[in-house]
Amino acid sequence: MKILAIESASLVASVAIAQDDKLIAEYSVNHKKTHSQTLLPMIDEIVRMTDTDLNTLDAIAISGGPGSFTGLRIGSATAKGLALALKIPVVHVPTIDAMAYVMYGFDGLICPMLDAKRAQVYSGLYHFKDEFEIVKPQCAIDLKEFIDEINEIGEPVVFLGDGVDAGYHIIEENIKVPYKLAPAHVNRQRAAAVAVLGQKYFAEGKIVSAENEAPEYLRVSQAEREMAEKRRSMDL
Amino acid sequence: MSEVHSEKDVLILAIESSCDETAAAVVKNGRDMLSNVISSQIKLHTLYGGVVPEIASRKHIEKINQVIEEALYEAGVTLDDIDAIGVTYGPGLVGALLVGVSAAKAIAFAKNKPLVGVHHIEGHVSANFIEHKDLKPPFLCLIVSGGHTHLVMMKDYGEFEIIGRTRDDAAGEAFDKVARAIGLGYPGGPKIDKAAREGNPHAMEFPRAHVADSPYDFSFSGLKSAVLNYINHANMLGEEISVPDIAASFQNAVVDVLVEHSMLAAKEYGVDKIVMAGGVASNSALRAGMQKACEENNLEFYFPSPILCTDNAAMIGAAAYFEYIKGTRHGFDLNAVPNLKLGER
Repeated sequence: MKILAIESASLVASVAIAQDDKLIAEYSVNHKKTHSQTLLPMIDEIVRMTDTDLNTLDAIAISGGPGSFTGLRIGSATAKGLALALKIPVVHVPTIDAMAYVMYGFDGLICPMLDAKRAQVYSGLYHFKDEFEIVKPQCAIDLKEFIDEINEIGEPVVFLGDGVDAGYHIIEENIKVPYKLAPAHVNRQRAAAVAVLGQKYFAEGKIVSAENEAPEYLRVSQAEREMAEKRRSMDL
Repeated sequence: MSEVHSEKDVLILAIESSCDETAAAVVKNGRDMLSNVISSQIKLHTLYGGVVPEIASRKHIEKINQVIEEALYEAGVTLDDIDAIGVTYGPGLVGALLVGVSAAKAIAFAKNKPLVGVHHIEGHVSANFIEHKDLKPPFLCLIVSGGHTHLVMMKDYGEFEIIGRTRDDAAGEAFDKVARAIGLGYPGGPKIDKAAREGNPHAMEFPRAHVADSPYDFSFSGLKSAVLNYINHANMLGEEISVPDIAASFQNAVVDVLVEHSMLAAKEYGVDKIVMAGGVASNSALRAGMQKACEENNLEFYFPSPILCTDNAAMIGAAAYFEYIKGTRHGFDLNAVPNLKLGER
């Protein structure tokens, strides 16, 4: 089973090719440049370097959000275009789940965080007990409120993701359980994790058609939010 | 450059997502539209009184594959039959453009096809190559839409000189703003066109703005303000306003300036053909006014049918063909350029 994975939910652009239990290639860039200019050249690079025949791919795995709306759409449109042209399905991997999977085997709570602005993070909570377990599914949440939830659970926790940098003072001030910050090689999104989780979902039949694939934003647009607020205030 | 007729037909799959229409088309040799699929979001944006970029981008992602598949199916071809992928990469809403650009690049990459980025306005002009099979440059083109008001000298295929542009609002934008002010709603163009049919175009004399030292440039913000002031004044006095009269008088002022500048430019540049393009080219008063002026000045007048005036991908396919023949190719690093200039690469 061969899969090409794409991750562009935030500042990191990352692509990978995995076949069965082997990671054939992974290319990650965590640097300010638009994914629109870098993502497809990166895919081109790993495909050429590994002599991958695109027609042997079984699916495209996409880090499906949440994250930067534009970043998610660049990845999604790329995945949809590839899948349309190659006539293969898409595997939609929740971005925060894939980030947690980077910390495979960690004994304790795993808490990936993406900066969601407006004092919020995109986050979730995960465990590796017998297998990968979602304790709290990915969501957009107020960081302070979320730290209180983690304190309540009372287990040691590892944090990773760019939301940690943005909200570190809030974490530091409020956390009451032992915690660690993941080191640089495992503290960002990685397409390898999207690929491996993607293979797992594919085997479980969790696929979507290229046509129906769309990012999971976990937030409505500003215009919709304002319209809803206006309606609410008119009802009162 | 004369029109190149290669032995083999050239099929372009074109994608357009610069604003609020998700569109794909298959075009043969830049002239024959084999399919032209448009998924419009207009009803959605009407709720907000105009296009909301984030909502537009979200809808593009949802529709893009379906629209492409339909365009291929209706044309009776597969991606293997396609010679090149054409895509609008600017100007437009950046988030919206990125959907089409990313999908087009991925398809070009996966099928190993050349990628041709197209300027949205070059697309609008090129809609006329589909509508009028024997139309050839050189000609003068007036492009009028919600986002653009340009007078362009098209010297040859893919060779443009912008000789006039709006200094503030686009003509279509002025239609939208005035329509909102007189309670007609969005989109303003067709609604004002309809209301104006019942009104007197000389009921009020709104100003015809000219830009000093730039005889071909346009300015519509003064006209828009004059209309808004007129309405405010009437409201203050408690006088009832006539929506049809305001619509007709406003529209007449816009048409006058567009026609006058086009005639002036045609004379100065010595062309014998005037071509119109863009959404506002569907406006009945503009068509009638330009037709009359062209007859009086012995000019041939071309404009596309309404379906090719609105944003569509067939026009992008026509433009992509002529760029493809010229040798234009883009790499996988092609980006969306929201303020792309005409003639820029």
